[in-house]
Amino acid sequence: MPSYVNPEKCDGCKALDKTACQYICPNDLMVLDKEKMKAYNRDASMCWECYNCVKICPTQAIEVRGYADFVPMGASVTPLRSTDSIMWTVKFRNGTIKRFKFPIRSTPEGGAVPDGGYPNGGELASCELATEPASLGLPAVFSLKR
Amino acid sequence: MPNFENVVVETDLLILGGGMAACGAAVEAAHWAKQHGLKVTLVDKAAVDRSGAVAMGLSAINLYVGLKDGANSVKDYVDYVRNDLMGVTREDLVANVARHVDSTVHLFEKWGLPIWKDEKGNYVHEGRWQLMINGESYKVVVAEAAKNALLANGVGEIFERIFIVGPLMEGDRCAGAVGFSVRENKFYVFKAKATLVTMGGAVHVFKPRSTGEGMGRAWYPPWNAGSSAYFTLKAGAEMTCQEVRFIPVRFKDAYGPVGAWFLLFKSRATNALGGDYMVERKPELEKWVPYGRVKPIPANLRNYLGMLDVMDGKGPISMRTEEAIQKIANQYRDDPKAHKKKMKELESEAWEDFLDMTISQAILWAGTNVQPEEKSSEIAPAEPYFIGSHSGASGAWVSGEEDLQTDETRSEYFWGYANMSTVQGLFCAGDASGASSHKFSSGSHVEGRIAAKAAIRFILEHNSLAKVDPTTIDNLKAEILKPLDLYEQHQNASTDPEINPHYIKPRMFMFRLQKIMDEYAGGVTSQFITNEAQLKRALELLGLLREDALNLGASNLHELMRCWENVHRLWQAEAHVRTMLFRDETRWPGYYFRSDRPTMDEEKWHVFANCRYDPATQEWQMVKRPILHIFPQAKEHELLGG
Ligand SMILES: Cc1cc2nc3c(=O)[nH]c(=O)nc-3n(C[C@H](O)[C@H](O)[C@H](O)COP(=O)(O)OP(=O)(O)OC[C@H]3O[C@@H](n4cnc5c(N)ncnc54)[C@H](O)[C@@H]3O)c2cc1C
Ligand code: SF4
Ligand code: SF4
Repeated sequence: MPSYVNPEKCDGCKALDKTACQYICPNDLMVLDKEKMKAYNRDASMCWECYNCVKICPTQAIEVRGYADFVPMGASVTPLRSTDSIMWTVKFRNGTIKRFKFPIRSTPEGGAVPDGGYPNGGELASCELATEPASLGLPAVFSLKR
Repeated sequence: MPNFENVVVETDLLILGGGMAACGAAVEAAHWAKQHGLKVTLVDKAAVDRSGAVAMGLSAINLYVGLKDGANSVKDYVDYVRNDLMGVTREDLVANVARHVDSTVHLFEKWGLPIWKDEKGNYVHEGRWQLMINGESYKVVVAEAAKNALLANGVGEIFERIFIVGPLMEGDRCAGAVGFSVRENKFYVFKAKATLVTMGGAVHVFKPRSTGEGMGRAWYPPWNAGSSAYFTLKAGAEMTCQEVRFIPVRFKDAYGPVGAWFLLFKSRATNALGGDYMVERKPELEKWVPYGRVKPIPANLRNYLGMLDVMDGKGPISMRTEEAIQKIANQYRDDPKAHKKKMKELESEAWEDFLDMTISQAILWAGTNVQPEEKSSEIAPAEPYFIGSHSGASGAWVSGEEDLQTDETRSEYFWGYANMSTVQGLFCAGDASGASSHKFSSGSHVEGRIAAKAAIRFILEHNSLAKVDPTTIDNLKAEILKPLDLYEQHQNASTDPEINPHYIKPRMFMFRLQKIMDEYAGGVTSQFITNEAQLKRALELLGLLREDALNLGASNLHELMRCWENVHRLWQAEAHVRTMLFRDETRWPGYYFRSDRPTMDEEKWHVFANCRYDPATQEWQMVKRPILHIFPQAKEHELLGG
């Protein structure tokens, strides 16, 4: 199955009131087997390999095994995501390893200010959206009536 | 009926979905709602941090006009979009997105999205309209601003893991929405003064190329299932461009993006004989003039030239990555140090493109030992999708903005509030609004803002909550929970929960839909070709499927969601088939081909083909609407710029 859980690493997120993987999966695929206290992907054929469960798992218990119906065995792609960057390790079937690191954001987590610091003027009746025209960097919003 | 608690939520503005358009709407609505003491409620079936088409991340912002630098004008973008869609575009809607979109991109940057800059501090372009980003956390950052806007101000609340099924109506006015929690036995009734639909497009309406595990690896994310189309159709809204599906040509099987390869690395694609279909098949473009002559060549025509090669037995088609990289590297031939640096940079750019937005493609390359600098990779057209914000155009028919109308367009394209559908109080944005393609992530976000602002104005001018009769709600609840009932009632009639004569499980229901669409409505297996007889047969079979939708069975809440997703897909399918049947020509070869009408008919069909399901009579109506320009044109149907 595309995303799969390593039972030795998964602790069922027992420290949290809901599991992280179940919280994040956009397709509602990750579920917790309450008896075993281990998570699993309930429908591999509806998994997009978006890696959101992989990135969020606090114990790094989730990995992705490429779709068996078209990906030859042996490769892996593994992320390590921090608050400002992500490091990827790509392992080829022939053993080659490549590493890439990319920034993911330029502000501290949680710090997005909705108006971006642009002044808010404007009226509900005008064609200007909140923060416009300042956020456009123009003196006025384009209109056919001007 | 299973014992489900009713939860009633009353609000002023209801935002359905939590994707790009919804997050834009939340930020904008919070600003105006706070000024006017209104409440805003956002409902997503998933977690807003990672929901929708941008859940994984993206490697580019596909729409930035560059107005402040005078790089392009609003009209330039309108011309480009109209030409790419073979002339079928609402110019007023595209212009509205284009004039505001830069503001949204500038906000993204302030919020923390890393946009690539060159040495001079200017944005790095992938193509004329596209900006390169480090976009792994694109959605996280955009969601954060939306949440901060709604929650910090106390104007809003966010519900996650609530699946919206359909509209709540009071006569002809949309009064909110109904749905259920996928976590606990709760039935939700949202009553609102205005409702904004932003639940994305649709996938898995057509049979995907992969039918095993890889079925989930459609280009379009499996969690957007046509909820926008169903919602607006059931509300009785007029729909447009339902025939305009999107078929992306991507790296085969994992559907990794090709934009960077074509635009940034200037790669060619060639057939098995080494021939370049864009060169060899150029004369074919003359059959599709004037659109065959515009630059860039419309996406569907580019698809079509490649498909002709495949139909002639000249496949596979390959992206010549090794050739493109070699060409760039050759520029540094005389400087080994610079050469090495450039190669490293190119490698990192190529892999980031996948790791940011289609990680599966990186696994496929690694699993097949592909190094792009050494070996080319196969590309292929995917199955059809419905995504009005990308290169498709399907969605609701919505009002434009007043100051973007001419005397001629006003009576056709304007009815009071930007992005309001033909149903009072029902607004649409992103994939949910039609005839305004190429909005992409940034344009969808800004369209959400446009719609939210207009909806707030609507609320202030129509300040009342609709009264919905309690029996209406009881009936909706019974209808929505019926699959659980059916399963419980009949599960003991068989030892196998999947095979039972009294109900059909959502998975097989989906396969039945996909088989019909694939074989009769121009899917992959039928080489995207269909005709009148096949479309009529599709309608007949879809009719039987619609009857069987009443017999869907679900063993738990997750499966109940799957049931309704597939009903949503079914309605998207029916609107699509009916509109392909209505439009008596072939206009978008490369998206679909009507073999019985193999040419374009500008005289009769240079129009929008719209449809509407009438909830009162339960009948479908088809209607043509005129295509009008908002910018002066040199000559009727003559193409400017682009
Ligand atoms: C593979 C791919 C690659 C792309 N690449 C780019 C790119 O490089 N650059 C770019 O600019 N754009 C790109 N786009 C386009 C961009 O992603 C879309 O234009 C944009 O996400 C559309 O926004 P939206 O809000 O309409 O839909 P989405 O962002 O998809 O959001 C839909 C929302 O609705 C919710 N939802 C769905 N059904 C229900 C329901 N029944 N009840 C409650 N909630 C529901 C979903 O959970 C989600 O929150 C790409 C799209 C795809 C699919
Ligand atoms: S997030 Fe990780 S540790 Fe928590 S339940 Fe899921 S797999 Fe287990
Ligand atoms: S990879 Fe994505 S779709 Fe698959 S289970 Fe994980 S979060 Fe869900």
